[in-house]
Amino acid sequence: MPDISFQALMAQLTIGLIGGCFYAMLSMGLAIIFGLLNIINFTHGAQFMMAAFLAWIGLTQIGPWLGYPEFQVNFWAALLIAPVLVALFGMAIERTLLRRLYHLDHLYGLLLTFGVALVMEGGFRYAFGVSGQGYEPPELLQGPVDIGFMLLPKYRLFVVAASLVLCLATWYLFERTKLGAYLRAGTENPRLLQAFGINVPVMITLTYGFGVALAGIAGVLAAPIMQVTPLMGGNLLNIVFAVVVIGGLGSILGSMVTGLALGLIEGLTKVIYPEASTVVVFVIMAGALLLRPAGLFGREV
Amino acid sequence: MSTTLRIFCLLAAAAAAVPFVPGLIYPVFVMKVMCYGLFACAFNLLLGFTGLVSFSHAAFLGSAGYVTGALMIRFGAHPLGMPAAFVLGVAAAVAVGFAIGGLAIRRRGIYFAMITLALSQIVYFLAVQFRWTGGEDGLQGIPRGSLFGLDLTSDTTMYYVTLALFAAGFLFVYRVVHSPFGQILQAVRDNEARATSLGYDTDRFKLLAFVLSAGVAGYAGALKALVFQLVSLNDVSLHTSTEVVLMTLLGGVGTIFGPLLGAALVVGLQNYLATIGDLVTVVIGLIFIVCVSFFRRGVVGEVLHLVRRRAERPSEAAPERAEPAHRAPIPTVPAPEKAVQA
Repeated sequence: MPDISFQALMAQLTIGLIGGCFYAMLSMGLAIIFGLLNIINFTHGAQFMMAAFLAWIGLTQIGPWLGYPEFQVNFWAALLIAPVLVALFGMAIERTLLRRLYHLDHLYGLLLTFGVALVMEGGFRYAFGVSGQGYEPPELLQGPVDIGFMLLPKYRLFVVAASLVLCLATWYLFERTKLGAYLRAGTENPRLLQAFGINVPVMITLTYGFGVALAGIAGVLAAPIMQVTPLMGGNLLNIVFAVVVIGGLGSILGSMVTGLALGLIEGLTKVIYPEASTVVVFVIMAGALLLRPAGLFGREV
Repeated sequence: MSTTLRIFCLLAAAAAAVPFVPGLIYPVFVMKVMCYGLFACAFNLLLGFTGLVSFSHAAFLGSAGYVTGALMIRFGAHPLGMPAAFVLGVAAAVAVGFAIGGLAIRRRGIYFAMITLALSQIVYFLAVQFRWTGGEDGLQGIPRGSLFGLDLTSDTTMYYVTLALFAAGFLFVYRVVHSPFGQILQAVRDNEARATSLGYDTDRFKLLAFVLSAGVAGYAGALKALVFQLVSLNDVSLHTSTEVVLMTLLGGVGTIFGPLLGAALVVGLQNYLATIGDLVTVVIGLIFIVCVSFFRRGVVGEVLHLVRRRAERPSEAAPERAEPAHRAPIPTVPAPEKAVQA
């Protein structure tokens, strides 16, 4: 093992933890959507990207477009507005296209969401090109903060805190509230739930919107860290799929823990053997499949 | 001789005439369609006849292409260089297929698709990092060498060799689908539990189908590397894996000729739309949405459906086709036009 300074190790682990936060947020959204709709949302990455772009458009483009160059939608407003817009867009797709496929094989839902992702990615690429756009973090969160052993940009600390709060709140909503009980009942037996007077189709649409909104929040949070490009979501989603295979789609807490853990492992690999850091998640997935075919927290579908 | 084979002979004869009619259609275009058509047939063997979705077929196409290309660059001058490189390329695809398939069949349904997608990413990253694959540049200027004394540098010779290899590959897939083995695959597709209860080790059949499909995809990849004399990262990318899904879906999942037609349509579309650049992705995405929403049988599937409906009309009250999966009989006659429903 090469000689690694404590500083470098902690720095990479912190970067890994931030990556893990995004894996956690995205895989949680996938798990929620899968639970009720029984489809894998291949559009998740594109929706993540769309939210990041909306934030960027709000900060740098919308003012000149409207003729008031000083007008901007700042980060905090974007954190609210962009996920809502992306969720509305997602719900429109669910209502018009996805709904027609529920009675068919899962495959068709997967292919449809995949097609939507292609349209979105191609559209943004056509409109804004492939080069990455920078996004300044809000003034309040600029500059570093001393966390004892290293200096960490304030914004990154904020991302970790925000995503942990978001994940725990979602877990609480689904596992500890009455609304969550309805949602879980819908996963188990939608027909019976409908018979009890719950409007299941509306619930499905709202659940899809909620899962998409999670991707949207992750997208806005990612804008200042990653380059805003049309492909940012698709690349991330490939890894998130591996995370989901390892953790299973059955449990919200499971996807959160797996996401964070894999982010840390990825950070660790960057220190020990950098060449493997791009594939380590996939290799772990292969290993997990050999040892525990049903997934760590998963149940077989 | 069945109608399918008769149609195929007609198609092959038409393709053989292409070099004699210059200006009507480019032979290079036809060769591209044949390579991708075979690739789509391989994919269809898995999706249409076994009911498994794979997002890793680019890994098979690309790994065979890379191995064949790298060997041809080193040993292409040897008289046996081309056949050896070709066979080893296919062998590489079979090996990659065995590794990916062996892991993926441990899970079902949606997980299966995600696992194939994730594992094919490993192949992609390896292709970026290995030196013998040329990294970001890929392999360029791959020599075609010669096949049993036939000099393949001539485009016309290459065209007929491609046609012969394509016909062999297509007939192989046709044979597999219509063999007892192919019938078992369709039984697994339609009702896996029932196939198991009849004593078939369904996991073994699924793995075999996966490896066969990977092998045929590799066969197409090795051929493509020789025809175009280049292999690029695009060949192992997710983009190519999704293109083959689109070709199969557009042409008709589970039909014999659907993948060929789909490949011709998609390759043609890319050629004619090359000028609109990034919007090609949008068009392809829209075709996906339209196919999945309104057009699930694909072009060939819709035509077959119409023909069949017309044939059935005189008979009284034809039984409903879409029987529930648990009551659907395991087909004893080939039913290639049936889409994945189980």
